[in-house]
Amino acid sequence: MALISTRSLTKTYPGGVTALQDLTLEVEPGVIGLVGANGAGKSTMIKTLLGLLEPTSGEISVLGLNPVSDGNAVRARVGYMPEHDCLPPDMIAAEFVTHMGRMTGLPRTVARERASEALRHVGLYEERYRQIGGYSTGMKQRVKLAQALVHDPDLLLLDEPTNGLDPAGRDAMLSLIHRIGTEFGISVVVCSHLLGEVERICDSLVAIEGGRLLRAARIESMTQGIDVLAIEVSEGTAELSEALTRQGLVVQADGRALLVRLSDEDTYDLILRTVAELDLPLHRLDQRRHRVAELFAQDREAAHV
Amino acid sequence: MSEQSMIHDIGYQRYQGQRLGPRSIFGALYVHGLRAAFGLGRSAKAKIFPWIAVGLIGVIALVIAIARSQGSDDVGYADLPSIASVVVLVFLAIVAPELVSRDLRNNLLPLYFARPVSRAAYAGAKLLSVVSAIWLMMAGPQTLIFAASAFGQGDVFGELRGLLGGWLVAAVYAFVFGGLGVLIASLASRRAFAAGAIAAVFLVTLPVAGVLMSLGNKTLESLAPLASPTMLPEGVREALFPADNMPIGNYGPVYLAAGVLVPALCALQLILRYKKVSL
Repeated sequence: MALISTRSLTKTYPGGVTALQDLTLEVEPGVIGLVGANGAGKSTMIKTLLGLLEPTSGEISVLGLNPVSDGNAVRARVGYMPEHDCLPPDMIAAEFVTHMGRMTGLPRTVARERASEALRHVGLYEERYRQIGGYSTGMKQRVKLAQALVHDPDLLLLDEPTNGLDPAGRDAMLSLIHRIGTEFGISVVVCSHLLGEVERICDSLVAIEGGRLLRAARIESMTQGIDVLAIEVSEGTAELSEALTRQGLVVQADGRALLVRLSDEDTYDLILRTVAELDLPLHRLDQRRHRVAELFAQDREAAHV
Repeated sequence: MSEQSMIHDIGYQRYQGQRLGPRSIFGALYVHGLRAAFGLGRSAKAKIFPWIAVGLIGVIALVIAIARSQGSDDVGYADLPSIASVVVLVFLAIVAPELVSRDLRNNLLPLYFARPVSRAAYAGAKLLSVVSAIWLMMAGPQTLIFAASAFGQGDVFGELRGLLGGWLVAAVYAFVFGGLGVLIASLASRRAFAAGAIAAVFLVTLPVAGVLMSLGNKTLESLAPLASPTMLPEGVREALFPADNMPIGNYGPVYLAAGVLVPALCALQLILRYKKVSL
């Protein structure tokens, strides 16, 4: 069963701003990165998944349920960590997380136990009886995660969980999220505007821009089969580029090198033959792995054309 | 502990047990609010002001109990709310912002509404918490008076009837004060502003109604207390238990209707306010 699926999902705010436009996607369980620039529609997407916002048109299903008509059922099985500060400074962390557990339907004693457990899993076991106001930013982020985790959800929605953290805090938070996704067996949607950050921990990525879907795929499939060849010749780079383009290849200049998309094994031969025909001194010919970021950059260029 | 004790990392445990429905969640939110109103389960600082107010009304109740034990029947159970209305008002100005404005200020609403807590349930639970807290702070001391009087004299049934009437009047006060207080507090995210606004609405309307009453027009005199939430409950009391405390004339039913409508409209307005809140 798909974790999340949408069909032509569109959300237009009363002011006329379209935050999501004709978004169709199907996401399998796992750790999912939802990436896009600020204002791309990530937060709107999260709120729509929670049933807090009603889509203007289109269909949406989360954990096989419809968040619009069956909101409480969805919200009982989802944990949400908002982007902004949302903690009462004058409350003790353990009590706050317990209260939030009860608000999701846990009985009193269970809520207390699971609150302690959740705080232990995020690394705040020793400090759990301190007031939240005295916590550092990193610790507050952990409390926010703990309150989303306390009721053992099937899906966690994390909105910019690394916001405001220093590099060490970021790494710790990301590995914690990765653990939740793998060891705890809870699916996670991580929102971020930093692709490099989430690509390390995600199974699949969904990229949106301007409310439109840029790309949604599993990480492996993104890096597979779309490797490029980098060719460097001592002279005649322009000639070679022209010749290769005539052969029907997509050629891109990258500094002194030329990048050619490797579609099949013939590409190698084709390039070698062309270089030989032009009698150019070949300096380097090697395969390069695309970083996910570059793929998105290409998609974005394509989308703007 | 044995020497061989060691820490076992049992890893993450999924929860397969019982999950309670929206009604239990509503109950938990209500109890949480009621406890928070008296600072229970909170820091010592949060307990100071509510308990000062409770202490003051306790002193007033003590004075009434002593007066009654001396044979004075001038002050009854139903008089406590109006005698202590300023203290009740102070309590309201502390509790309503504590329960409502604090959540707004700390951005807690997204956490609630991302759970199986509907906006109406949230508004309703908060309102009921405040109303109950106010009622308890009047009904408790009334019960103290009853305990003192019933043991002192012996007309237990007469005293009991008086106590029940007093509880009813306290409930009228609680609903009018609580309804309006929570609604005002829900519009301000800063506690101090909310408290000030509550005090302003209740205290500014009081002299306005007073001036209208003294203009000499009989009808105006009977209807003016409707304009002040501080006087309205006393008018309802007059309609329920006529005792010539307030000149409401033949407008008893109007006061009864207002006593029901004002809290109901406040509750409705409160739900609408939370329906509109953006996350």
